[in-house]
Amino acid sequence: MVQFMQILGIWIGAFLTFSIFSFLYKDNPFYKLAEQVFVGLSAGYWLIYIIYYVIMPNLVSKLIEDFSANAILIIPALLGLMMLLRLIPKAQWVSRFPLAVVIGTSAGISLMRYMQSDLLNQVSATMINPLAAESLPDIIGSFLLIIGTICGIYFFYFSRKKEGIYALPSKAGIWFLMISFGASFGYTVMARVSLLIGRLEFILKDWLHLIN
Amino acid sequence: MSSKANLVERRIIFGLLFIVVTMPLIFPIGWKTEVSPHVQMAYDLVENSPQGSIAIISFDYDPSTATELQPMAYAMIEHAFSKNQKIIAVALWPQGAQMADEAFGQILAKFPDKSYGTDYVNLGYKTGGMVTIQAMGRDIKSVFPADVKGTSIQDIAMLKTFNNLKNAAYIVSLSAGDPGIKQWIMAGHDMFGVSVTGGTTAVSAPGFLPYINQQNQLYGLLGGLKAAAEYEALINVIGSATVKMDAQSVAHILIIILVVIGNIKAYKIRRKKALAAQGD
Repeated sequence: MVQFMQILGIWIGAFLTFSIFSFLYKDNPFYKLAEQVFVGLSAGYWLIYIIYYVIMPNLVSKLIEDFSANAILIIPALLGLMMLLRLIPKAQWVSRFPLAVVIGTSAGISLMRYMQSDLLNQVSATMINPLAAESLPDIIGSFLLIIGTICGIYFFYFSRKKEGIYALPSKAGIWFLMISFGASFGYTVMARVSLLIGRLEFILKDWLHLIN
Repeated sequence: MSSKANLVERRIIFGLLFIVVTMPLIFPIGWKTEVSPHVQMAYDLVENSPQGSIAIISFDYDPSTATELQPMAYAMIEHAFSKNQKIIAVALWPQGAQMADEAFGQILAKFPDKSYGTDYVNLGYKTGGMVTIQAMGRDIKSVFPADVKGTSIQDIAMLKTFNNLKNAAYIVSLSAGDPGIKQWIMAGHDMFGVSVTGGTTAVSAPGFLPYINQQNQLYGLLGGLKAAAEYEALINVIGSATVKMDAQSVAHILIIILVVIGNIKAYKIRRKKALAAQGD
């Protein structure tokens, strides 16, 4: 029975894979079926997952095990229930309070961390002696890092009209940005091809048994 | 060019891509992979960590990105086990816990002497992202009172003296998005000073390269399937990433050719239009 279910699962997987791929030819009922199955399954899966792996262990189980020690959990539980009132038009306004708490705490927690990691540490990492690098490629790389950072930031400086000599760093900034976009595009292509390889490996290995 | 002709061209491209990816999977070429400095850095971090030390591997992804990230998990677990290091698996993504179980199951076939609770443990998923990591930095036992099987953390041998993130030799985050490697850098390294390395999907890799800097916010990075193959080469394993690299490389060659053809074609069309405008 287990083996039958495994085989059935592989065949369904192969059918849904080809159904999704069929969109590359043109929109069709098989694609729509696969799309709807995906949306429905995802919604159902996440609902059950959140109940059993988030709400139960982090709230319900703790309250049942030791209510007095975990009584503070009632506050987030109430905030969660208030959030659900969005579904009732007349009581929708109540959901603004938990939303405000979420936004406030998220902003407060993130502010310091982002300031430290994305600003201070990044700026410090640019304040380097480029000539201290060990090899010529590293020295060139350090110079490019400093020039690229300054020119990239200058490109987004809009308080002065960029004419004459003031336009040069801005133009250099565009070049650095374009090169970085090109690198990102290259990585994106690589990722998409990897996903295709993953699906084809499933078809060739698990379904058709053409490869080991 | 008409939209119908464009559609036909697109279908030809999809067909070609399908063929060039399929053929190397059936008939492998065996092209070699050069190791990049960022992958070497990640390898060195694991290689130079002492025997018996405990590492944290965070499985921050789900099956949709397993093609790229699971080979990294195999390679890094195998490397850590070969150095007799212990591993704590955690997950900031719900299905990460299952991905960890699958990865350990795969690698344990090569290390039958490794046992659960002594050499590795799976603490499972915890919601909260960066807040969870910050709490782990203070007291991991309050965040994970039990492992994924429900065993109390007090009863797990390898965690007797492991109290918080600072006890970890290094952190590996295999990350498909948010929460993931960024949160580990911000909290794990920048807040608690633990070396952080990891792997991401190729799409998100460029966004994390600035963290590999003189501050060592990120200690190397594995970006996509290619980097996973490089790591396998460093540990002398022909793994699931290596066997897929032929298909990846051939597909890239095709795409480069198509980009060149597309640009020549676009240039010709523009030139034709310019000449026609001059004629008018």
